[in-house]
Amino acid sequence: MKYTVTKNNKMIAIIMMAVGVLAIAYGFMTNPNRQWANLLVDNFYFMAIALCGTFFVAVQYMAQAGWSAVVKRVPEAMGQFLPVSAVVMFIIFIFHGHDLYHWTHKELFDPASPEYDKIIAGKAGYLNTPFFLIRMVLCFGLWILFTRMFRKESIAEDLDSSFKHFDKSITLAAAFLVIFAVSSSTSAWDFLMSIDTHWFSTMFGWYTFAGLFVSGMSVTILLILYLKNKGYMQEVNENHLHDVGKFLFGFSIFWTYLWFCQFMLIWYANLPEEVYYFQERWEHGYKTLFILNFFINFIMPFLVLMARDTKRNKKFLFVGAAIVFCGHWLDVFLMVMPGTVKAEWGIGIIEIGTFLGFLGLFIWIVFHSLAKANVVPKHHPMLNESLRHHI
Amino acid sequence: MQMHETHNTIAVPPDGARLRTPLIKGVKTYTQLSDDICRPVEGKANKWWWAAFTLSVIAMTWGFLCIAYEVGTGIGVWGLNKTVGWAWDITNFVWWIGIGHAGTLISAILLLFRQRWRMSINRSAEAMTIFAVVCAGLFPVFHMGRVWLAYWVLPLGNQFGSLWVNFNSPLLWDVFAISTYFSVSLVFWYMGLLPDLATIRDRAGLAGRKTMQYVYSWLSFGWKGSARDWSRFEEVSLVLAGLSTPLVLSVHTIVSMDFATSLVPGWHTTIFPPYFVAGAIFSGFAMVLTLMLVARKVLNLEDYITVEHVEAMNKIITLTGSIVGVAYLTEFFIAWYSGVEYEAYAFLNRATGPYWWAYWSMMTCNVITPQLFWFRKIRRSLVLTFIISIFVNIGMWFERFVIIVTSLHRDYLPSSWVMYSPTFVEVGMFIGTMGLFFTLFLLFCRVFPVIALAELKSVIKQIDERPENERPH
Repeated sequence: MKYTVTKNNKMIAIIMMAVGVLAIAYGFMTNPNRQWANLLVDNFYFMAIALCGTFFVAVQYMAQAGWSAVVKRVPEAMGQFLPVSAVVMFIIFIFHGHDLYHWTHKELFDPASPEYDKIIAGKAGYLNTPFFLIRMVLCFGLWILFTRMFRKESIAEDLDSSFKHFDKSITLAAAFLVIFAVSSSTSAWDFLMSIDTHWFSTMFGWYTFAGLFVSGMSVTILLILYLKNKGYMQEVNENHLHDVGKFLFGFSIFWTYLWFCQFMLIWYANLPEEVYYFQERWEHGYKTLFILNFFINFIMPFLVLMARDTKRNKKFLFVGAAIVFCGHWLDVFLMVMPGTVKAEWGIGIIEIGTFLGFLGLFIWIVFHSLAKANVVPKHHPMLNESLRHHI
Repeated sequence: MQMHETHNTIAVPPDGARLRTPLIKGVKTYTQLSDDICRPVEGKANKWWWAAFTLSVIAMTWGFLCIAYEVGTGIGVWGLNKTVGWAWDITNFVWWIGIGHAGTLISAILLLFRQRWRMSINRSAEAMTIFAVVCAGLFPVFHMGRVWLAYWVLPLGNQFGSLWVNFNSPLLWDVFAISTYFSVSLVFWYMGLLPDLATIRDRAGLAGRKTMQYVYSWLSFGWKGSARDWSRFEEVSLVLAGLSTPLVLSVHTIVSMDFATSLVPGWHTTIFPPYFVAGAIFSGFAMVLTLMLVARKVLNLEDYITVEHVEAMNKIITLTGSIVGVAYLTEFFIAWYSGVEYEAYAFLNRATGPYWWAYWSMMTCNVITPQLFWFRKIRRSLVLTFIISIFVNIGMWFERFVIIVTSLHRDYLPSSWVMYSPTFVEVGMFIGTMGLFFTLFLLFCRVFPVIALAELKSVIKQIDERPENERPH
């Protein structure tokens, strides 16, 4: 059965996008810097969610997971958002990279200039515009290429029942995961860590990955629940929900673990060149958000999803996933804003509107891509196992 | 045979049957399963066992003599000096703790991920966890010098002679983390043994071996196999699995914080906690493979620990080895990127300084060798797996040596830069713990069933490929 994009879906997506466009226009008129920083926040967030879709599909093949065959079209569709993220990311970097990324200022690297910064100049081998653009092209190019190849094999499998698509997907998964292992870290350094140009943390790439995985799982869950509610994906029962719920629960704890380790080690050692990152997030009113981040992304999902029954209950699972979906936006917000707009931040029309705009676009693309193929794949070798999944 | 032919004539069915290989080889009845797995406990040891046991006991004795010498003379008999205050002792401590991690991962995390192949190896891997923690614990305890005051690490009142412990110190967190880890692992492991010990007791009764029956009856805590026994057993198992899951992460996280909370270049890095955990699992699986590849042969368990099991473990080794590899590269990159000259020098010194050989041994063994498992032929070859597993064991030992010694031996004050080399006492103690570990493991193989018998019996119906009416009842 294929998904049919309803009038309502389109209407809601268009309204959200319209709100987004208005908010972005308003933002550019009132506070362009804050608006650009917001675009980075939302674009990175939805890029991470889309990338998690492809990552999730790859992991399922690599681990030869059986249970997930019935839900795999959802993360597959999420990955289709990546080209949009690529375009927006290029626009952001080309038109406003100069203000978001301090290291793009040439005078920092010039010993004769009064602005010369010895530490940033030392990073010139990595932080320079051509290499940054090359990395961007490589990352997005490879991510999009693999997303499409997975999708192609998956759709081809619906039409013919041979094993070859499955086998090829496993090979693709192995290659993708190797690329992902490197690019997930480098992209986190590039898009987020280099904002605070002086600062560094070896864990940063993995920390961002943990956030990527949790937020991606939350969106996967929300989409599955929506489709089920509309009468699609009836094959997905509470056992599958239990499993995606466990991923959400487990990895929100994993995210917290990395959050705690990164924060605690830097706080404990108290080296000025490291600790200022958290200092920035303690001032200008960020403190409330900083503490809220921990509560909303750890305590809340922990309490909501702790029990077995809540992971198997659609309403509870929805609440858990919705909290995490909002919570991790806040996490990205906290990684971007203190280094870009500093005290000028706010969460108002600009932020909410831009977020809704991206969400509308995401809904539009994901739903249209869901409509292009069966919601539950056919002929997947693990489908029988997945349909009989019981835990 | 008939089945196979019909199976081949139809087009490949669109289900995962091809991918879900049987968990054990051959067609086994419950009795056969009990016979095969209880045989090493009930029979007499062969000469290979005795040879290995003798060698292990000699090594262990030598280690204890070295410890006695160290305690009697003082900590000065080790090669430590003012600059290098931690070296072989802490290297060995971390190495042993890491080795234990495979057992906990198998019994907790792989349980959550529903990896049923773990049933053939969980018992022995959990046993290794316990023995490895025993070996690990010896090093910090004897590093104290005056071991008779070891109880000072506990938060006891000042009237016991100690000062109140420093809760800010990660070394104290270690005390709690490792003792919790040891207790939970021990209880979990022993709990799982109860039904199997009862099986041995009952079989001894049938064979008329009164002493054995008496001893195992005592060991099995009077297990009756009633519905109530099983119900409680399963409840407790679930609780302990729940407790073990955070322990997989927490123990090595806290061990890593012994280093990462400090200001020593090469030690203070935020990636340490998850990277230490991955490294621990990596080394743990290598040790499980080293031992089980031998044990399956000696104890005739080839049908239960099959090539599929080896391949699955090799995949975990490739995954965790790659995580460790990415962490090495990240550390190296950030050391340069940070612009902190001390940090950059620490890494340069590792790769090109006087201990370059240790660094490159680590890189070769930990980063390059596990990548060979990308080839299906290699990860399914028992001989190559055995060799690579030993490489990984060596590499992970060097990793800790590199982290500890190369970061310390050239500190902030060049006038105090020194080299470190171990004395025979340190080497002897390490050999001693090897002896202790193998002695305990060899005894375990003779006293307890090395495979979780009751657990494996629960899947026997699912692994039988024959149609329902042809299966034994």
